[in-house]
Amino acid sequence: MATDTRALTSTGHGSVEHSPLGGLAHDARGGISNPILGMILFICSEVMFFSGLFAAYFSVRASYANWPKISADAGLNEHFNLHAEPFYALGLTIILVISSFTCQMGVSAIRRDDRTGLTRAIGVTLVLGIVFLIGQAYDYATLGFGLSDTPFGTTFYTLTGFHGAHVFGGAVMLSVILYRGLAGQFSSRHHDAVEAVSLYWHFVDVVWIALFSTLYIL
Amino acid sequence: MATTTLTPAASAYRTGLYEWLTTTDHKRIGILYIVNSFIFFFIGGLFALGVRTELAQPGLQFVHDELLYNQLFTMHGTVMIFLFIIPMLVGFGNYVAPLQIGAPDMAFPRINALSFWMLPLAGVLLLMGFLTGGAAQAGWTSYSPLAQDRPLSSTGPGEDLWIMALTLIGTSSILGGINFLVTIFKMRAPGMTMFRMPILVWTVLVTSVLVVMATPVLTSALIMLFIDRNYGGHFFDPGGPNGGGGSAILWQNVFWFYSHPAVYIMVLPAMGMISEILPVFSRKPLFGYKAFVFATAGIGALGFSVWAHHMFTTGQVFLPFFSLMTFLIAVPTGVKMFNWIFTLFRGKLTFSTPLLFALGFLSMFLIGGINGAFSAAVPVDFALQDTYWVVAHLHYVLFGGSVFGVMAGLYYWFPKMTGRMLNETLGKIQFVLMFVGFNLTFFPMHQLGLAGMPRRIADYASDAGWNDLNLAATIGGFTIAASTLPLIWNVFSSLRAGKPAGDDPWEANTLEWATSSPPPPYNFDHLPEIRSERPLFDLRHGRTVVH
Repeated sequence: MATDTRALTSTGHGSVEHSPLGGLAHDARGGISNPILGMILFICSEVMFFSGLFAAYFSVRASYANWPKISADAGLNEHFNLHAEPFYALGLTIILVISSFTCQMGVSAIRRDDRTGLTRAIGVTLVLGIVFLIGQAYDYATLGFGLSDTPFGTTFYTLTGFHGAHVFGGAVMLSVILYRGLAGQFSSRHHDAVEAVSLYWHFVDVVWIALFSTLYIL
Repeated sequence: MATTTLTPAASAYRTGLYEWLTTTDHKRIGILYIVNSFIFFFIGGLFALGVRTELAQPGLQFVHDELLYNQLFTMHGTVMIFLFIIPMLVGFGNYVAPLQIGAPDMAFPRINALSFWMLPLAGVLLLMGFLTGGAAQAGWTSYSPLAQDRPLSSTGPGEDLWIMALTLIGTSSILGGINFLVTIFKMRAPGMTMFRMPILVWTVLVTSVLVVMATPVLTSALIMLFIDRNYGGHFFDPGGPNGGGGSAILWQNVFWFYSHPAVYIMVLPAMGMISEILPVFSRKPLFGYKAFVFATAGIGALGFSVWAHHMFTTGQVFLPFFSLMTFLIAVPTGVKMFNWIFTLFRGKLTFSTPLLFALGFLSMFLIGGINGAFSAAVPVDFALQDTYWVVAHLHYVLFGGSVFGVMAGLYYWFPKMTGRMLNETLGKIQFVLMFVGFNLTFFPMHQLGLAGMPRRIADYASDAGWNDLNLAATIGGFTIAASTLPLIWNVFSSLRAGKPAGDDPWEANTLEWATSSPPPPYNFDHLPEIRSERPLFDLRHGRTVVH
């Protein structure tokens, strides 16, 4: 029996509305949709990106006996000792973790076709993300050491800076979701973008938890 | 259930320049990849000719500035690896893989276009180094502290441009890899189960996993190097004006964590192309399909555990482990050799140009594998590290392997891409020139390496006994360059007046030959039933029905 590819049907949520290929692109057997699989794979690559940075951090750290107090300057060493004052960063951590929950509330809302719930939850998530970024900027301004102050400064700012850049990227994505949500573009059957962005936001959250544990506790 | 139908307006191509620049069609993007890669092949080849011309005789005759010589071999390696071989194979994958699984396009056509257009941009960035006071000159491996910004190292913007270009290419690779994976997992035609996929698709799949998992690590390494050079960071610089405190070995670890899997990124799809060609020209199915698939996956998995064999002489890596794992890779590779040889064995061989290049791949890649196994032995490696032996080895793998595979694929799929056959006589002339030139260039390098000639030198003593072999290698290099002339002539004359190909000139096995040459937008009106990995063979021999 020959298969007419032009008549392939699509089920469930897909990007059928967007392009003539949308219907074909969708797997008629159901399962995970293309955009979400794409986002999962992208997150895999991001995990490897941060693995490289973490590997560098631990490699450099392992070569010092008295990490993080590795500077000849006693004043700098005081600033390096993040373990002494982890509470500010802990506050930022709590903000980001809460934002993950609000993000997921948005996803649940749109699964129930609740558009108001979606925009409300995504709006809160976005605000929390921006609060985190502002908090990180304030932290940077008051830490008392810079990127070029010993390998500790370099690894600290590179790791947290790239995480911050990813939070910023996530916030941009959330803004798009918020805009599209307000425009009424999502429904219980059509919200791949919401699911994908929430996955990314959770990933950014998990990276921060790993970073916080590494820099402030471990 | 929503039913979607293609609009008839999409049924014919328009062929203006604007359509090529804005296309999201996987076949056109594939061709753009291939053309772009050939352009960089010629640029990288010119750099190589510069290197070989300088080395033909002892003394500095051609490149009077050693720093310029460093730029030449750095740019040769970088361009050939990142702007020729990898994108070339992506191009073939882009063109062929969706057709072979019966898909109308890639999963994300616009991201596909984005992946491609990053490459010419990156190439321009990279080459702009020559206009800004010197391109990168720390070798394609860019080891620290050589790559740090300080006197007698890679000062100036060339190295920074190199970093930016590679970051862009890496991003392009990652997006492409994700695109391939989603396409292969989600867009196979009904009946195209995983174990009915053509081998090329399997190799593209494993390659894409390597790309998605390994390339981001290179990106992180490049960014750290950029921070070191421009913002006073201390990742890789063990000492120096900024106070140091970093680790030069760290760079080697993160760099090779990508760049060894990258070797498989550069050769697995070529193996896949060979595995499509050998069965067709032997009139037999591929011997041991599943073994080949598992061997491919095995190479991909083992590829992540051998990076430190590039670092044996640093004294900072656990030698027995990395040596053993490196030897282990010879096992799945050997399995593939058996697959190919027993596909040929008692086959009805047709010695067309694709088969000649495929046989070139088999024999040359075998040599590249064997001299690689020598280098995997730690004591041998201690003697051969950074000699011309290594140059010989890597060229037997990447030129003797990948480039011969690419040429085989070009002669094999050109009829599908253009509707016209390439000229066989010119093809055979090209093969002979390239095969002879290749061996004349790189075989003597084994002996040069054993005689102690180091890599990356612009000059050597005239009484070291290296003169004749270097001259031979240079003559070989120009022979390779000459072998591209029949290719260029062949492509242009065949495009104009080549023999019309028809849908399936080779009586091949896989789905791309079930549609017209070149295929229409969205590829297929009707697909044959897919009951094995050779649906067209089944169709020809009445094992299936078409309505």
